[in-house]
Amino acid sequence: MYEFDWSSIPGAIPLLANGLLITLEVTLTAIVVGIVWGTILAIARLGSNPVLSRLAAAYVNLFRSVPLVMVILWFYLIVPQGLKAIFGNDIGDIRLTSALVAFALFEAAYYSEIIRAGIQSVSKGQIAAGLALGFTPGQTMRLVVLPQAFRNMTPLLLTQAIILFQDTSLVYVIGLSDFFGTAYKVGDRDGRLVELLLFAGAVYFVICFSASLLVKRLQARFAK
Amino acid sequence: MAYNWNWEVFLQPSVTGDDTYLGWLLTGLKWTVSLSLSAWVIALVLGTIVGVLRTVPNRWLSGLATAYVELFRNIPLLVQLFIWYFVLPELLPPALGDAFKQSHPLWQQFFSAMVCLGLFTSARVAEQVRSGINSLPRGQKAAGLAMGFTLPQVYRHVLMPMAYRIILPPLTSEFLNIFKNSAVATTIGLIELSRQAQQLVDYTAQPYEAFIAVTVLYVLINVTVMFLMRRLEEKVRVPGFIGGK
Repeated sequence: MYEFDWSSIPGAIPLLANGLLITLEVTLTAIVVGIVWGTILAIARLGSNPVLSRLAAAYVNLFRSVPLVMVILWFYLIVPQGLKAIFGNDIGDIRLTSALVAFALFEAAYYSEIIRAGIQSVSKGQIAAGLALGFTPGQTMRLVVLPQAFRNMTPLLLTQAIILFQDTSLVYVIGLSDFFGTAYKVGDRDGRLVELLLFAGAVYFVICFSASLLVKRLQARFAK
Repeated sequence: MAYNWNWEVFLQPSVTGDDTYLGWLLTGLKWTVSLSLSAWVIALVLGTIVGVLRTVPNRWLSGLATAYVELFRNIPLLVQLFIWYFVLPELLPPALGDAFKQSHPLWQQFFSAMVCLGLFTSARVAEQVRSGINSLPRGQKAAGLAMGFTLPQVYRHVLMPMAYRIILPPLTSEFLNIFKNSAVATTIGLIELSRQAQQLVDYTAQPYEAFIAVTVLYVLINVTVMFLMRRLEEKVRVPGFIGGK
């Protein structure tokens, strides 16, 4: 039988905590940029300008039909070229930068679909009422439609955030040491891959399961 | 940017000499498709069982099914894959574990990835199956029981045929997801599409051509699956339900 030896974990806690910070940094950046950029995409897609609407649809469909792994690899290829063009050859470690860009732009496509459904869930009468009160279309969107839309879709946005938190582990493919990457490296270094992988799985489970329970409670409160 | 485009690179013989780089891409495509399809079979079968169990009037069974779903939904796919590939062979009885480790590497990678993707997706399929069953009017189950069907018969002849037709659209998106998620198998070295993209970058130094070709192949898979599933959806649509006419 396999003999477990968990002794390499306590010493690795500072390293793992650092990794968790990277994971959180990527997750939070992708949530914030993803929601902002996703809102713009959703409004463009629902808007009356056919060119903008097509472009937004093409962006969303392209990102949604390509695996996240490929998107991460793509940006690891493109971002350094772009940075070199701007800052010259001295750009340092670009793994984190490319991961941040990749996740933000990728998640925007998923967020924009949630936000689009959220905007469409607000009844048409609200827009008519806003316009009748003398608001411009922009003001109607900002002051009347979006606040209600975001209220309706908060649970979905949070669920997507939990999925995103799990997906950030894929930065492994470009060798970035996030929480999972660190756990793997420590396990590999100490010959204790089994323990470290199980530990990483348990940590992800506890975080994601508690977060999803919170979302469920929030959802129940919203439904009242 | 001074980049030398060279699309003819795909026709050049590969470093191993027995194939062209285009051949490498097609091999990748073959593995991506066979991995996704075989994992999908596992996902459908297990997902149906677990989804049904979540709705049965037995606290133990439904609790167990809920635990299954929560376990597979709250651990990242990559972590699950590494646990199947690196951890499980160590924890199996030595004879079985050794047999696994001595088998062909490609088979080890394929088997781990297939089981991993299958179970990961089954938890999602189970959620759809459950919501499909719950969306049916209560009267259907009551009517079935009143006709003298046993509970399993009610599920088989009354609830499931309806539930499947209702959940076909969300199942389509899970089916698309399994193709995309199969790219994760690149991390354990399976030579599916995204692994081939990386290999082509290493061997040909034409990264853009390789990435564009692989991206186009993924988009093509997506379009094909979507086209086929739309046809199926039109055929089995239930009139009067969401998405029905």
